This record gives sequence, structure tokens and C-alpha cells, in this order.
Amino acid sequence: MLTSDISTPRTLEIRGLSVCATRRGHHIDLVRNLSLTLNTGEILALVGASGSGKSMTCAGAQGVLPPGVISPHGHVLVDGVHLAPRALRGRLVSTVLQNPRSAFNPVRTMFDHACEVRRVAAASPAGDKTAVREAFLEVGLEDADTVMDLYPFEMSGGMLQRVMIALAILSGAPFIFADEPTTDLDLIVQARILDLLSGLVARRGLGMLLVTHDMGVVARLATRVAVMEAGQIVEEAPVADIFHAPRHPATRALVAAHLKLYEGAIA
Amino acid sequence: MTPLLSARGLTKSYRRQSLLRSHPPRQVLSEINLDIEPGESLAILGRSGSGKSTLIRQLLGLEKPSAGSVHFEGRDLRQLSQAERKEFRRAVQMVFQDSIGAVNPRHKVGRIIAEPLRHLTSLTSEQQKARVAELLSSVGIDPADASKFPGQMSGGQLQRVCIARALATDPRLLVLDEAVSNLDILLQGEIIDLIHTLRQKTGMAVIFITHDLRLVRLLCERVVVLKAGQMVEMSPVDDRLDLTSQEGRALQDAVLPATPR
Repeated sequence: MLTSDISTPRTLEIRGLSVCATRRGHHIDLVRNLSLTLNTGEILALVGASGSGKSMTCAGAQGVLPPGVISPHGHVLVDGVHLAPRALRGRLVSTVLQNPRSAFNPVRTMFDHACEVRRVAAASPAGDKTAVREAFLEVGLEDADTVMDLYPFEMSGGMLQRVMIALAILSGAPFIFADEPTTDLDLIVQARILDLLSGLVARRGLGMLLVTHDMGVVARLATRVAVMEAGQIVEEAPVADIFHAPRHPATRALVAAHLKLYEGAIA
Repeated sequence: MTPLLSARGLTKSYRRQSLLRSHPPRQVLSEINLDIEPGESLAILGRSGSGKSTLIRQLLGLEKPSAGSVHFEGRDLRQLSQAERKEFRRAVQMVFQDSIGAVNPRHKVGRIIAEPLRHLTSLTSEQQKARVAELLSSVGIDPADASKFPGQMSGGQLQRVCIARALATDPRLLVLDEAVSNLDILLQGEIIDLIHTLRQKTGMAVIFITHDLRLVRLLCERVVVLKAGQMVEMSPVDDRLDLTSQEGRALQDAVLPATPR
């Protein structure tokens, strides 16, 4: 499966990450001196209201910020070793994005996408078909051989999201950043994708950073939760504490708004 | 009482054509019979591709059904006179999921909200300005923000602007197509409260299109479940909403837990 000359890393640390945008000469801080640690085998949920800096944290750590946004400070350590963003993305960290429609190249088949990932992971082209078939089956794409030849427009959002997760498996990266992985999917597809993600983390001992604003997803999946507000982590705790004993006002607001959806029914 | 809108035998199929061959038409809605009463709040529930949005496009006269008919206060949509059609447009308004895509980024908020007033009412421009200010404050936005561009507002604010625009003509029916599903949970709560308040104040009917059962319980009195273009269930909504159809159960079982297990 993996090229096994490197031992599997155990922790990924983001240290002192700052991200800021410049707009008409004004500096706007999007992420302020943020530090967090992600261990393999756990799902760390990064939650917060829109605009609190969740996605910018993921992008900043991987060095893929949009134009006009820079990261003046911060670095990433894997097992205590300082690594450049280039060495991280696709190799140690794979990403599952929110909108599968726009995440794929429209003129490339699913197999092309998978091969691209395998080249980055330095896997030999000879094993492509078998490896891709295995990964597609693992994410529940039963008809793997047909799916390989499909273009993005021929597939549903749920199928594309499964392929995106298969690509994360193929990269062999021990860490996954999942940025709102199910927000655009309907509830039934969402439940299946969440099962798939939690199964993967358990089976393969991956470390997953799960960015979301849906506390239902957090309740279903996360082991630990970090709450963001205005570019900073304001509370970090095991998932049960976040729901049953939230300390920071931002956490309380999130949990209260979430529980309001369930008022009176389905305990 | 005459229903506000009623659908009889509503069927819609889309023709599919590729470059080289034509495919048989695909039926996405079959034989829907549905009455929407004045003042009620109805949820249309179903997974992606079940025909929810297609049903709404027929009900609102945005597309012509392949078979069957839609009646607005007892009159067939196809036979409305020009004046009646205008009246229909005033009475029925819609809010879309993608608020950024639903507004012209080059127009200021004030102009966006005044759009239906210009086309559908005979207000003078002074009266329009006053109405815009009134609408903005009714959705909890500072009337001074009328001079902002959409790009200067957050997603939640912009969705409020879209609601204000939909309310401009005092509609008797407001259709919300997944209008809160991509807002964060705090904003969802705000919009839900806002719709509650507006309904109490104006007594308008609301159709809420969603795949999220949690919202149905909070907002609606009646729910219709669609599966592959067919209506498989119609139930009243109470606190312990228990859907009975297979599809309804599947949607209910997919609701995420409130707290970690």
C-alpha cells in the first residue's frame, strides 16, 4: 500500500500561524497566532461561525492561500520536524474540499485524477489500475471500473465526494484536512460519507482535521474539538465537554444554536 | 376557502439531447396533486434530485408543465390575463439558496430591493425609497446599508437582503428554496426566527424546500415528502414528527445526533 521507508508520523503541529489580507491599504487579520496539534488516529473538529478563520487555517498551513492573502508567521512540524508547505500537501496532508463540483478538472477522467495523485506519491504507473480500483471499492464505489472512465459532469455530488476521499487514500498521506466535507450534500448522502470517513480514520489510523459549522457532524464524528472565533482558538476540549460543559461564550452560542434545532424532539 | 395555489396531475419531463443522439425524455415529476392554503407553512422534503425544485418551478409558473395544471386562486396559470399575471407575480415570491448568485453584484442593495417595486407596483421613486428602508429594518438590517454593494455584505446579511426583496410586494406566499442550508448555524437560527416573526406579522404562507428534517419541525405545519418525482407522503407536523413512508423514515434516520454518543 504505502511506500514504507518512512515510518508513519504521529503528530502534526501548527505553530504560531498568522494569516492576513490587505484590502485598500488596510491589514485585516484572518488568523492570529494560532497553534494546534493533530494526532494520528483522532478526528479534531475545527468549528466556528462563518468568517472565523477555519478554512484560512487549513489553507495557511498548506501554503495555498488565495491571492492577496499572506501568512507572515507560522510553521508546521511533523513529529517535531519543521516542514515547508510544499513538502506537506499531497504527501503528508491530503485535502477533502467542500464543493466536489469545482474541485475536479472538468476535462479529465476520474482515473486521470487518481494517476496524478499517485505520481505525486511516487507510486509506479504499473500498479495504477489495481490501486485505483482498490481505493474506489474502499470508498464504496461498487462499479469501480466504470467510475474510472467518468468525467466530473457525469457524476453526482455524493459520488464525486467519494472519489475525492479515494484520492486522499491513494496519496497515502497520514493526515487529512476535510473542509466542510458534507455541507453541500443531502442528509442521506451526508450520513454515508460521514460513516465512510470515520471508518477510514479507524481502519487506517489517519489523523483528520474536520472543518465544519454543523455541530451535528461534530457530535457524530469528532474526538476533540477546537472552537475558533475571530481568527483564534478560544476553546479546545474533548467532544463531550464541548457539548455538556462549554466554557467560552462562542462555544456556548454554537451549542445553543445547534440544540435549538432539536428542541422538544429527538433527544 | 379557495387554495392559494393548487396543482392537479402536475407532470414534468425534460428532453435530453446530446451532440450525436437524442435520448428519451426523462420524467422528473409525475402526477402531483397539491393544495397550498392561504397562511399555511408547508415543507417540501426530499433528497437531491427528488424533484423539489422542479415542483416549485412549475408552481410558480417559471416553467410550463408537461401535463397537468396549476391554479392560482382558482384560475389556471395558462389563462391569466396580463394584469392577473402581474398580480400573481406580486403575490408569490421566492428566495434562493445561493444569495450571492441571486443578486446583481453591480447594483447597490437599495436598487436590488426596489427591483420588484419598479416592475410590479406603481410607487413613485420617493415611495420606493421609503419602502426599501422599511423592508431593510424589517429584516434587521440598517436602512443606511441600502447604499452598500452585495460584495460588502456577509452571506447572512445578503440572504436577508434577498428576503427583503421577496417581501417588497407584500406577497401572500413566500417560497424558500434551501434558503438557510448553506448559512452557518448561528445565522440559520436568526433567519428561522426572522421568518417566524414575519409570518406572525403578515400572515403569509410559506413553502420551505429542504432536505433537513430538523428545520421542518421548527418552521412548518405540514410536510410533503418527494421521492423520484412522486409524492410519497403528506403529514401534519408536530413536536414528535414521525414520518411513515419508507423515504420519510430514511430521511429521518439520517438526522445527525444532537450530542455525542
